[in-house]
Amino acid sequence: MPKTLFDKIWDTHLVADTAAGAGLIAIDRVFLHERTGAAALGRMAEMGRTVRDPNRVFAVMDHIIDTRPGRGDGTLMPGGEGFITETRAACQRAGITLFDVNDRDQGIVHVISPELGVVLPGVTLVAPDSHTCTQGAFGALAWGIGSSEAEHAMVTGTLRMEKPKTMRVTFDGDLAGGVTAKDIALHLLSRHGASGGSGHAVEFAGSAVSALDVEGRMTLCNMATEFGAMAGFIAPDEKSFAYLAGRRYAPAAFDEPYWQTLKSDEGAVFDREIEIDAAEIAPMVSWGTSPEEAIAVSGAVPQGSARVHEYIGLPPGQPIAGTPIDAAFIGSCTNSRISDLRRAAALLRGLRVAPSVTKALVVPGSSAVKRQAEAEGLDKIFEAAGFEWRMSGCSLCFYAGGEGFAKGSRTISSTNRNFEGRQGPGIRTHIASPETVAASAIAGVIADPRELATEAAAA
Amino acid sequence: MTPFPVPLTGRAAPLIADNVDTDTIIPSREMRTTGRTGLADGLFAPWRYSDADARKENPDFVLNHDLYRDARILLGGANFGCGSSREHAVWALSEWGIRAIIAAGFAPIFRGNCIRNGILPVTLGRAVVEGLAGAAVSIDLAAQTVSADGARYDFTLDAETKQMLLEGLDAIDLTLTKQDAIDDWTARDRAARPLVYLEIAT
Ligand code: SF4
Repeated sequence: MPKTLFDKIWDTHLVADTAAGAGLIAIDRVFLHERTGAAALGRMAEMGRTVRDPNRVFAVMDHIIDTRPGRGDGTLMPGGEGFITETRAACQRAGITLFDVNDRDQGIVHVISPELGVVLPGVTLVAPDSHTCTQGAFGALAWGIGSSEAEHAMVTGTLRMEKPKTMRVTFDGDLAGGVTAKDIALHLLSRHGASGGSGHAVEFAGSAVSALDVEGRMTLCNMATEFGAMAGFIAPDEKSFAYLAGRRYAPAAFDEPYWQTLKSDEGAVFDREIEIDAAEIAPMVSWGTSPEEAIAVSGAVPQGSARVHEYIGLPPGQPIAGTPIDAAFIGSCTNSRISDLRRAAALLRGLRVAPSVTKALVVPGSSAVKRQAEAEGLDKIFEAAGFEWRMSGCSLCFYAGGEGFAKGSRTISSTNRNFEGRQGPGIRTHIASPETVAASAIAGVIADPRELATEAAAA
Repeated sequence: MTPFPVPLTGRAAPLIADNVDTDTIIPSREMRTTGRTGLADGLFAPWRYSDADARKENPDFVLNHDLYRDARILLGGANFGCGSSREHAVWALSEWGIRAIIAAGFAPIFRGNCIRNGILPVTLGRAVVEGLAGAAVSIDLAAQTVSADGARYDFTLDAETKQMLLEGLDAIDLTLTKQDAIDDWTARDRAARPLVYLEIAT
């Protein structure tokens, strides 16, 4: 019987059936970070338990570390240093590989895992972090779990799981110019909702997905958790194998026939299918406080709940373009890889952020991305445009109580969550592609990046 | 983990909004240590306090009503607990005293976190959940029913989760009883997928 990619990975990893529709699933990789990992490691030690196979567990400092140049263990978040020192000590005790604050390989967990070849096609990979689904871009089954589950995975090498249903979301057709993977994700969310993928492992497919480079695929899979999906993934192809081959923890080559089996068979049946015409997708921006509350940047704010309109400060019917912004953020596991920075820099070259924008930041997703960007001179373009150039980390993707935006700021942000308070109490966040963030920072208002691109081309 | 009470009774506190996220249940800035305690004070901080820094209560928030200060059952909308995987959201709810959440739907990571911490997630239709607002509710986990005002609703739960909650079992201990099966799988898999196995000297 033809099988879906999900079913193949599930079957390969099924250690034992535990109940009807549930199983004990082997876990190939665990990745921890200092925000939630220390809790898992601490509890493990308290219970007198140890890691079953330390070769499969990695950790990184990314969430609350400082991103200002010259950083050490100190952070602006009250108590933040404790998370860092406790994580370091716990990793040492557990014998697991840690990418520390100023390690060459440090970066946001979902950015460095592919850079180092920790994630591989066909593996199961978990992390106590909801955006672990990002790594599904390489054909891995990668998903976020809680700290207790992380402890379970480290100690037993398995997780007890209910088997999710399968869904395929197919984007066929060509994307219009200036439309990116971020817009694909926001379009899907706006059409099918923040719980549209609930209960499902979601495979992204179609010609528009195949056409994305691996970094764009990561952006799309990153948002699978915002879709409510258990995981989001894309079958590996030559692009994915070429990206991973020879990386530190990856095979030198993917030439064994096994790797080619990692795709859904012709005729495989999914529990649900969604088809979307890629040509219909426009540059998108969120208008509310859930990622499903997103519209084309040329659109108008729809009717939402009273609470959302009050928080976001925009009435129904108002065009979203032209909304004044106070701050701009380019970063996060969604959009902080080298291609993201290149595209944003291409728009910003020779321009300045509007004087009304009081804070503008670029935070590279990893130390390797930072070095590459600097080698290409992108940092100079960002700085000349009035953006701060930071060290890698999660930074202001979320507010941990330390550094923040000015009170009441409206931000345009290349991140994945526009939740109430996500970037700080009262901060109103609009999520969009790095291009839209760059264009809006220049204009001082939410702006369509295609207009700036046309001007740049004409100049 | 303490065994789940049968029945669990109490007045159901209505917080029936869709997409209530874990940043709202416990904002990152309220997670001050790596431990699992001391979190109840920050539970729903953005909604529960009109001034979170001064800890000034917002009288309109449901858990600030005298009726619900001791609520053990919370009602929610669709996609409850979406967003960040932070288990602190569940630790905060648990510390505050919540033992069950009845909602129109749960985000998957949050739901798993509930189960691992002895909080029962019950999914019922939205209209039913709305009908339970403020009612004296009785949840019988053994029978898998929710009763209120003479009406009774069945809910589904897989057999293993039910047993773990009822007996207060630890998932890791339970899995370690299958150590042999895990070892066998690993030996077979190592032969089948050798390239996935790493040897990192530490
Ligand atoms: S960048 Fe943001 S969304 Fe991504 S892992 Fe860090 S905090 Fe989470």
